Amino acid sequence: MNKQNSSILALIFIITMISYTGCGGNDPELGIGPVKEIKLEPAINENLVATGKQIFDMKCITCHQINSKLVGPPLKDVTKRRKPEWIMNMILNPVQMVQENMIAKTLATSGQYPTPMTFQNVSQDDARAILEYFRNNDK
Amino acid sequence: MKKTNTLSKSIFKGILILIIAASFYSCSEKDSKTLSMSGDEASKVYIEPGKYDEFYYFMSGGFSGQMSVYGIPSGRMLKVIPVFSVNPENGWGYTEESKPMLNTSYGFIPWDDAHHSELSQTDGVPDGRWVFINGNNTPRIARIDLKTFKTTEIIEIPNSSGNHSSPFTTPNTDYVVAGTRFSIPVENRDVPITSYKEEFKGALSFIKVDKTTGRMNIDYQIITPPYDYDLSHSGKGPSDGWFFFTCYNSEEANSLLEVNASQKDKDFILAINYKKVDEIVKGGAGKEMSTKYAHNIWNDETHSATSTMINTVKTLLPEDIKGAAYYIPCPKSPHGADVDPTGEYITAGGKLSTVIPVFAFSKITKAIAENKTDGEAGGIPILNYEACLSGEVKDPGLGPLHTEFDGKGFAYTSSFISSEVVKWNIETKQVVDRIPVYYSIGHLSIPGGDSKKPWGKYLIALNKMTKDRYLPTGPELTQSAQLIDISGDKMRILLDFPTIGEPHYAQGIPAELVTKDQIRIYKIEDNKNPHAIKSILDARVERNGSVVHVYFAATRSHFTPDNIEGVKLGDTVYFHMTNLEQDWDIPHGFAVMGNNNSEMLVMPGETCTLKWVPSRVGIMPMYCTDFCSALHQEMQGYIRVSAQGSDVPIKFSLGDEKKE
Repeated sequence: MNKQNSSILALIFIITMISYTGCGGNDPELGIGPVKEIKLEPAINENLVATGKQIFDMKCITCHQINSKLVGPPLKDVTKRRKPEWIMNMILNPVQMVQENMIAKTLATSGQYPTPMTFQNVSQDDARAILEYFRNNDK
Repeated sequence: MKKTNTLSKSIFKGILILIIAASFYSCSEKDSKTLSMSGDEASKVYIEPGKYDEFYYFMSGGFSGQMSVYGIPSGRMLKVIPVFSVNPENGWGYTEESKPMLNTSYGFIPWDDAHHSELSQTDGVPDGRWVFINGNNTPRIARIDLKTFKTTEIIEIPNSSGNHSSPFTTPNTDYVVAGTRFSIPVENRDVPITSYKEEFKGALSFIKVDKTTGRMNIDYQIITPPYDYDLSHSGKGPSDGWFFFTCYNSEEANSLLEVNASQKDKDFILAINYKKVDEIVKGGAGKEMSTKYAHNIWNDETHSATSTMINTVKTLLPEDIKGAAYYIPCPKSPHGADVDPTGEYITAGGKLSTVIPVFAFSKITKAIAENKTDGEAGGIPILNYEACLSGEVKDPGLGPLHTEFDGKGFAYTSSFISSEVVKWNIETKQVVDRIPVYYSIGHLSIPGGDSKKPWGKYLIALNKMTKDRYLPTGPELTQSAQLIDISGDKMRILLDFPTIGEPHYAQGIPAELVTKDQIRIYKIEDNKNPHAIKSILDARVERNGSVVHVYFAATRSHFTPDNIEGVKLGDTVYFHMTNLEQDWDIPHGFAVMGNNNSEMLVMPGETCTLKWVPSRVGIMPMYCTDFCSALHQEMQGYIRVSAQGSDVPIKFSLGDEKKE
């Protein structure tokens, strides 16, 4: 293999990698979706917890319990298992997450959680409030 | 020699083949089915999979009582909107919430005969907000909200009988009208039928439409001589403020109308200056008459309907509206009363007429000003025919019925008896083209073809009979719509397709005027149904005497709860199901074995109630009927029905959690 060929191969490799990351495959721990980076205050915002619980009880609890498995995984300690960006992206972009994010896809295809998660018309602010509710559960 | 012989034989054979081929060719040329086809029709109606049609078309479902929605030019059916008839497919008329929509002064009527769809207009152009449709049998008008494609209002029309001349609207949807097809006694009472001429009257109802909500209310009724009102249209431009109603049976016959109502050479168009009538009514004229009619309204937040019975209506007699109503003679048993895009010309299809009269609004107003009348009928002056006439279209085909316009100076009239569409020049009254249709066309429709600005690209022929057009289906055959390209000088048939019921009339509109305001889900936060649960934490089963209420939720792919015990024979069970999904195109269905009722479909964020009176002891399965997810088949549960007087307590659960 001559030098020219190997540099072409290298170029193809780089382009392929870029295009993969372009598809949202960058950091699987952050997930795919509108939330790229989130800074959390160490203190829990109680108002946000209350809003989050209200939305959770309306739109999520039909499949997710905190302490036991129903349809989806129990959500106790989810903030210890997953990054906040991943949690919010899972709430805001579940269809793409289940198809393309390795962590979500593995959960769905392992046979443990066969019903794919659905979008429940929540805003980014709603998802942030739900995250705060989870943080409060896990403190 | 032998060679020559063979050659001449082959020439002979060749000629023979040519002759046979030619004779076949001329035969096939005569075959009506291939007439006018030139080869590229398929590409003109082909919509690539996944692509949208250019127009929505709203077609009356005729005796099905519903409205069907098609995409044009493909002719693909998109939806049947339940309107006047119950629909066990989704629970319309069966769920507790929707039952009031079909209430009338005669009680619950599960059916009607839907005739004319009419899009709301702004500035004389269809605006895509609402589509109205009339119930001909038990007189009603329905309004469908095009944000949801759901029937959201139905108003009954008192003193009317056979609501045919309806629900035509005005350029800004101030009114829809309802002219009665049958004259009857007003108020209806026990009289000999032979007292027709003395006791029977024809009521024309003007129904005010709220500009913002679309809400309908009967403003007044004009009580006229006992003729049969057929169709109508409002004026526009110079004729804005007027309505033109065709009527037949000016003979005032009450039996064998096909003969007895076809005696006179001319019947009438009744021209009403409704803006003048409005002023007269504001001045205090009219009489409140006691009557009874239902007004049913659907609420998108409570996801339920209310039915209110109204007990009075304002009526006006011809003497109350002097100077605002005139009869124009019109040959002969006229059907459509159609106003061209400029508002100057009014034309009428006389079913038994050999010409199409075209009246000029400027001549009508001149005839009124100069008092060119030929007597009166029932207190309404009859204008002189010639004084109002702009001209007559000669040789318009047999049985001209209905006319629409392309906005380029041409009118298109359907001719029922000769099964054709005739194109004519509005100014010159000359026929410029004609095309056969299959068969027996009633109405025709051009998108916006009765408005100020027609989208004059397609015409749809709405045919009453199809005979040999499709694979036969026994004695009962489909009706059809035929799509005709009117973009060039010559009309061309592009496509025909079957319709539901009889597609009396249809209206079309560019798709983007409707798609822009579409609703995809009902927000669960906004759900105000009193039986809604907004969290499965509120899911419960409650007994109140012999009535059991099940408040439960559906989501992919389970009901909460899905095991219910404690129901007994003799109970009436109400299943109040809330679909907690907030995702587009995820309805859930609900059905119980042996329910003498229906299933129901519940849209995301909606709550619906299905009644069930168990009829035997045992375990009754329930399940989701609308394929919702990979585990849809698993979306199922059980209800235990115990004997009357048993002591099984109310109990409900999902998974391992039991609640009592």
